[in-house]
Amino acid sequence: MGVGNGFGKNLLFTKLDRAIGWARKYSIFQYPFVTACCGMEYMSVACSHYDIDRFGAGFPRFSPRQADLLMVVGTISHKIAPILRTVYEQMCDPKWVIAFGVCTCTGGFYNNYATVQGIDTIIPVDVYIPGCPPRPETVLDGLIKLQEKIQDQKQEI
Amino acid sequence: MKEESPIFQKIRERFSESVISHHSFRGDHTVIIHKEYLYQTMIFLRNDSDLQFNILMDLTAVDYLGSGYRFQVVYHLYSMDKNLRLRLKVPLLERDAIVESLVPLWPCADWYEREVFDMFGIRFSGHPGLKRILLYEEFEGHPLRKDYPIDKRQPLIGPGSKEDQEKRG
Amino acid sequence: MAETTVKDLKSRHMYLNMGPAHPAMHGIIQIKLELEGETVIKADVEIGYLHRCFEKHCEEGNYMQAIPYTDRLNYVSPLINNVGYVMAVEKLFGVEVPERCQYIRVILSEISRITDHLTSVGASAMELGAFTVFLYMMKAREYLFDLLEDVTGARITNSYTRIGGVKADLTEDFEGKCKDALKELRGVIEEVHRLLTKNRIFVDRLKGTGKISKEDALAYGITGPFLRSTGVDYDVRKRNPYLIYDRVDFMVPTGTNGDNLDRYLVRMEEMEQSARIIEQALRDIPEGPVSVDLLDQTIEPPEMVDSAKMGKTKDLIVTGVNVTSTLKGSEKKRHLGIKVDDKRIAIPPKQDTYSNIEGLMNHFMLIMNQDGIKPPEGEVYFPVEGGNGELGFYIVSNGTDRPHRVRVRPPCFPIMAAFHKIIEGEMVPDIVATFGSVNMVGGELDR
Repeated sequence: MGVGNGFGKNLLFTKLDRAIGWARKYSIFQYPFVTACCGMEYMSVACSHYDIDRFGAGFPRFSPRQADLLMVVGTISHKIAPILRTVYEQMCDPKWVIAFGVCTCTGGFYNNYATVQGIDTIIPVDVYIPGCPPRPETVLDGLIKLQEKIQDQKQEI
Repeated sequence: MKEESPIFQKIRERFSESVISHHSFRGDHTVIIHKEYLYQTMIFLRNDSDLQFNILMDLTAVDYLGSGYRFQVVYHLYSMDKNLRLRLKVPLLERDAIVESLVPLWPCADWYEREVFDMFGIRFSGHPGLKRILLYEEFEGHPLRKDYPIDKRQPLIGPGSKEDQEKRG
Repeated sequence: MAETTVKDLKSRHMYLNMGPAHPAMHGIIQIKLELEGETVIKADVEIGYLHRCFEKHCEEGNYMQAIPYTDRLNYVSPLINNVGYVMAVEKLFGVEVPERCQYIRVILSEISRITDHLTSVGASAMELGAFTVFLYMMKAREYLFDLLEDVTGARITNSYTRIGGVKADLTEDFEGKCKDALKELRGVIEEVHRLLTKNRIFVDRLKGTGKISKEDALAYGITGPFLRSTGVDYDVRKRNPYLIYDRVDFMVPTGTNGDNLDRYLVRMEEMEQSARIIEQALRDIPEGPVSVDLLDQTIEPPEMVDSAKMGKTKDLIVTGVNVTSTLKGSEKKRHLGIKVDDKRIAIPPKQDTYSNIEGLMNHFMLIMNQDGIKPPEGEVYFPVEGGNGELGFYIVSNGTDRPHRVRVRPPCFPIMAAFHKIIEGEMVPDIVATFGSVNMVGGELDR
């Protein structure tokens, strides 16, 4: 009912958007691009004590073609930056990026000739999680923020 | 008078012309030798029955910008059986920063020498494949030299890289 | 019709790249393989993807500012790096820290070593398919992280040691919590032994793979569990004992074959030995000198600073101060137990900084730019036993407050240099098992 007239069409698509957003946010397949010390906190978050699985994001897919969340964990150096961009471009839409740790947000305290000063100079980032390394509770907070973002954005099918 | 370590006595006996100086500081023994005698001294230190320095623990370099000999290549040796440690230093001039490679004696010297080449620009003659190890091939310069600023970036992609400059025209 | 035998088929070698981002290997490293079928003919290892310029950063700041950078070297056992660096600087000075401080450093180093081995064995088991083992080991690790957080303030990158001492004393309930954590740890080790050590699949994958001979290991300068699995019992804690390692009783486990299974068994046994060291150290740790000449009342720091500024200093030097929770453990009464009694090296307790001019001047002289800790001119090399082998710090000092050169001898560097030789002749799945047993830590390898 109401697909034909103006108000009804918008209502249907809004409800559809919210339903798809709900489905997408609770079934995140992450690609953990782990390089450095933040990887230790990533391991803690993924395991039983802090358990990222209860948010639906527990199953890492190790192929970028099958993943929708790229978690960049740890310092990115200029040597690996082209590879990070290749991995990002291989992922299919819709895709999101989390910058985990302050080295990925701004470069951290590594202001030197080999470190990328923030991965947002190379790929677009959705959520920044600062910390060196961030506590697992901070990571879960960042994940919940990402879930809110996914719910509220316009879903393209 | 402080007793001299027997290591110095042995080296002086055998290679007195190679030693520039030696000293001990806080229990560490250091010998500074001419670069021409490096290989023979190493063979002697490894094979001598009293010393038996059979392990090359570390190979690195130090940049003394502003002094006569700009670089010093530093070798740390360890004797597994006798539990002795020794540091050997070889001073090099900036215009003549080449020293003999120790890869035939210790295979681990391969990667250590590549790292010294990458960071300082010191070449090793006779090395099987001297190329950069920690940085990428397109990097220009040798970062651990004192005259290389720490934040001089040479990105491959992203702002400041060649690709970015071409895009901006 | 003639039968085609294998010899008639023309085949070429395949070039495969196990690239920097690989699911079955933790750490970014690139292995370029030349394969014949599944057997490796030649391998070329490329590192440097995590180069973060540790050595250059140490030259830019002063001696104390290098301590957070040392945390991030071997980030699975950060306290061992901290201890190694500050002990090298203390060797330059020629000072020795108080006994209580030595015991504290040993206890926390051994806890760090246990976390290193837990992560290494857990991650390598996960890569072979034993996901449960990984979860159990991370559970045990969480107990240890809680312990570290109580004492040092952080779970992973602690930056706990200072030149001339440690940041703060142990908490009052440390001994009880530590014993509980060790009990949990022993339970987990027992469970993992039951799951893995006699498991047919696990043993078949590890036994006989990744073999290295004793002569090769010595020629490459390999140390640590990798060397001990070949039968050489080289451990820096026994050969060149530092801190209180000559007073505790522990074994150095060795293997015989130099293959992956031996390395796994050596690491499991080393965790048990570290637990033994911690228990002995907790039993023998001295109380440490306690200054008792303080009045009963305490005041807040801003009040004390105001009184001192206005010249109202009667009895101020013996009045206690309520320190914030971040400074807990570093109060004046415990100061001499955790820091060396030398004004050139150790920062005075906050109470002295607030209440009297000598303390304030001392604090400024050690913190301000251009001033600071100035070791005498010279160079030292100080080796400690890291999780992977001999971790050495070579520091060259030119008499100023900044080091002229800081060099880290990374224990996994020679192992990775020998890696291409170890995997030649093996199959591709064996690379995963071997790489797991190397415990390559990118922060240490690439610095």
